[in-house]
Amino acid sequence: MTRLRTGRNRSAGLQRPPAAILAIAAIAIAFFALPFIGLLWRVPWGDAWSLLTTPSSLTALRLSIETSLWATALSIVFGVPLAWVLARYGFPGRRIVRALCLLSLVLPPVVGGVALFAAYGRRGLLGDSLFDWFGMRLPFSTAGVVLAQTFIAMPFLVLTVEAALRGLDRRSEDAARTLGASRWYAFRRVTLPAIRPALIAGAVLAWARALGEFGATITFAGNFPGRTQTMPLSVYLALESNPGQALVLSVVMIAISFGVLLSLRDQWLGGSTTGRSSQ
Amino acid sequence: MSVEARFTIQHDSFQLTIDMTLADGEVLAVLGPNGSGKSTLLNALSGLQPIDSGTIQIDGNIVDDVDRSTFVLPEHRHVGVMFQNSELFETMSVIDNVAFGLRAHGENRNAARSAAAEWLKRFSLESFAHRRPASLSGGQAQRVALARALATRPNLLLLDEPTSALDVRAKAEIRRDLLQLRREHPVTTLLVTHDPLDAFALADRVIVLEEGRIVQSGALDEVASHPQSRHIADMVGLSLVRGEVRNGTLTTAANALLVVPADTPEGPSVASIRPASVSLHRRQPEGSARNAWEMAISDLDRHPDRVRARLTGPIPLLAELTPAGADALSLAVGDTLWASVKASEVTVTPDLLP
Repeated sequence: MTRLRTGRNRSAGLQRPPAAILAIAAIAIAFFALPFIGLLWRVPWGDAWSLLTTPSSLTALRLSIETSLWATALSIVFGVPLAWVLARYGFPGRRIVRALCLLSLVLPPVVGGVALFAAYGRRGLLGDSLFDWFGMRLPFSTAGVVLAQTFIAMPFLVLTVEAALRGLDRRSEDAARTLGASRWYAFRRVTLPAIRPALIAGAVLAWARALGEFGATITFAGNFPGRTQTMPLSVYLALESNPGQALVLSVVMIAISFGVLLSLRDQWLGGSTTGRSSQ
Repeated sequence: MSVEARFTIQHDSFQLTIDMTLADGEVLAVLGPNGSGKSTLLNALSGLQPIDSGTIQIDGNIVDDVDRSTFVLPEHRHVGVMFQNSELFETMSVIDNVAFGLRAHGENRNAARSAAAEWLKRFSLESFAHRRPASLSGGQAQRVALARALATRPNLLLLDEPTSALDVRAKAEIRRDLLQLRREHPVTTLLVTHDPLDAFALADRVIVLEEGRIVQSGALDEVASHPQSRHIADMVGLSLVRGEVRNGTLTTAANALLVVPADTPEGPSVASIRPASVSLHRRQPEGSARNAWEMAISDLDRHPDRVRARLTGPIPLLAELTPAGADALSLAVGDTLWASVKASEVTVTPDLLP
């Protein structure tokens, strides 16, 4: 038996993974791809546009986009300072605080919703005070949706930004200080621009997560059309009454998420740390 | 006194003990190996690290004093720092880097930019104004970093190994810029380096740090001819010869000739010769060593492990011998003898200093 190869593929065996690994990886790819292919196959394409533009669909879509953008904004406003403290500020119990802030990342979202209820619900820890002071009822309101989404989505931003802050060269902040920059000015003009790619990536991840939030939202905010019924909730509901609409809405959400993932990859590659070209 | 610093900093088992002063406009070089405490000294002066005992005064203001519990933040010290790796802000253009300090001090954008443009012009960097730091060479980046540090008109300038990451040509350019700066705008400067050429080019005085202590200080010539440790001897012992290289030979202003390695680029140059590579002979040497001069011994510095001789003649040199070698020649101050150096032992760098 000869092992001689000739022609263009002469050296292909040098880099190609073993056949068994290729086969198993192919099964894994199929595992991920098949549900989406099935979904696209089942969609009643003829009625797609009319199903998508029904008032109930449009209402859910609008509500989802509004609430998820609010949740993203809140995640940035609170998440960046939180990431900064976790990355830079050593205090006793930091590991515990960190784990606590990232807990909702691994928690079943329904449990998150129950916990939110225990804190901000009518009989919750702060429920009465919030109502007395601000006349605010979070559960079963649009604000409650935003709260639930922020609770679930913010850790994605915190993780990404914290990693970027840890990887940053502190000397450039030192340089800023010696040039007369206050801590705040150095943060704003030096640190923040340096972590911008990570901040954008984190915000996009958080937004995608908020857009897809289901468990915590339905537990804490309920399922009221126009007020708390976001896209995932309306997909779940439509599955019983109008499967065609559920499929069309699902395709919309898949398209959005897929686009986010593709753009994110470019963001990471484009925003990687640039070294000095020559020394 | 522009700077008075008497302090200690404790880091686990390492302790830095400093007692030094800088006169107005003086350039002081701090020489020392890695881990000797040079960076800690710079951080203490710039305010990036608080001291553990003692006091630091800059321009008559106490900036750090443990007993009085005074500590001035780095942004209020008016101490400019040129960092070892430039530490330019990669997200800003070159001109915005230079304008940064003025902006931080509250200048508006246009005023800061036009002042920055002047500084770039002064260092012939104006064509880089709108480039990103990542596209600069190491030497260009260091010169931008220098312009950036100076733009805020600091009372004290700290240079942290300004040439260590650069090639020979870029090193020479930075030295030229620093020297030009010294002449036009004398700024009190502390130069940290382990390259004695930096110190020779720029400094009035030198202190040597070893393991957190100042082991020697004084004029550079003095330290070079009487080094108090093996390490200092290795670090500052170089003899420098300036002149013009043509066809593998350097001609000094006094018309003395020094044969240098054959591949040396032509033009104004500085040759450096290590004392240990200078041989002494009672008679004119024959054969391989083409560089030989008749010299007189003007100074002898004897230590148990080495003898250092200062030689005057066509090309002033430092020579270092073993005590046995010195005894064999029975050296004494005032003696006349022959010194020789192999061309291959001569290191040459371009001379850009005016």
